[in-house]
Amino acid sequence: MGVEQKLGNMGIVTTSLEDLVNWSRTNAMWPMLFGLACCAIEMMAAQASNYDMSRFGMELMRASPRQSDLMIVAGRVSRKMAPVLRRLYDQMPEPKWVISMGDCASCTGVFNNYSLVQGVDEVVPVDVYVAGCPPRPEALIHGVVTLYEKIKGEKFLDRVEQK
Amino acid sequence: MNMDTKLEPIVQALQEKFNTSIEEFRSEVHVFVNPADIVSALTLLRDKYDFELLSAMTATDYWPQQSPRFHVIYQLSSLARNITIQLRVPVDGVDPKIPTATGVYDVANWRERELKDMFGIIPEGHPDPRILLLPEDWGDKHPLRKDFPLGYEEVQFTFNFEDIDLRKPYAKE
Repeated sequence: MGVEQKLGNMGIVTTSLEDLVNWSRTNAMWPMLFGLACCAIEMMAAQASNYDMSRFGMELMRASPRQSDLMIVAGRVSRKMAPVLRRLYDQMPEPKWVISMGDCASCTGVFNNYSLVQGVDEVVPVDVYVAGCPPRPEALIHGVVTLYEKIKGEKFLDRVEQK
Repeated sequence: MNMDTKLEPIVQALQEKFNTSIEEFRSEVHVFVNPADIVSALTLLRDKYDFELLSAMTATDYWPQQSPRFHVIYQLSSLARNITIQLRVPVDGVDPKIPTATGVYDVANWRERELKDMFGIIPEGHPDPRILLLPEDWGDKHPLRKDFPLGYEEVQFTFNFEDIDLRKPYAKE
């Protein structure tokens, strides 16, 4: 593709540091296992061999928040689970992103009651919302690719707190 | 009277011993028992008439149409005889209490904790009266009562989208 043309005789590629860092972040993003309800089945289906998410860098899903950088909140979050969710989100190291998968995580879907958190963005800041009940694996992959495009446009100063 | 022939002597015995009233629906029998007699009724049914299984223990709220407000429902099944019977205990709305059935059936342990959370019906003598389903800092409201509000938040349509958006508690970093 374009790499051989840029290499020339010297074998050197030049790019900007931000592009390189964002490229490397998108190409090996490991999600954290956070399947709560029915959307978890579709997340598993997206990870399995038919709709493979390993093509997009998500080779495996880590159960530990310390070793992952993406949290896919898949399913209903109840009020009892919300502090647990926040604690796990706080334990993930920067840089971290959140995909809210399905209707129940984005806006509680059909459940408008006392026991569910009305949209997981009351608990953690969300980057991409994937709609569907449950979203098809292709829809989740589209959400992941949308997140990658968002990351490719990120600058370093976005993640630095301005005093 | 189209109840099961195997049930008839059992219902008869309950009526003689505990002065109950019954209600029938198709082939089901609901026996109304006083709260003070419920443990002896359950023990009698379990020991003498082989009702080994407490299939369900729930409650219903009939506010404001009926008083007493709650009916605690015990659904017992006998696998040996292939019959089921339902005991109903009317409980008042002010200070609702029933004697615990954990001595008779172990499964009533969690069922009574659930009743305590959802309705506020306190089981007296329960060995472990902790909160089961609701969060620990829930407070005093009981969700399955009829005077608990049904929905939770206002629905966001296009005409009130920005208003609700400004009021919603979003999480910062």
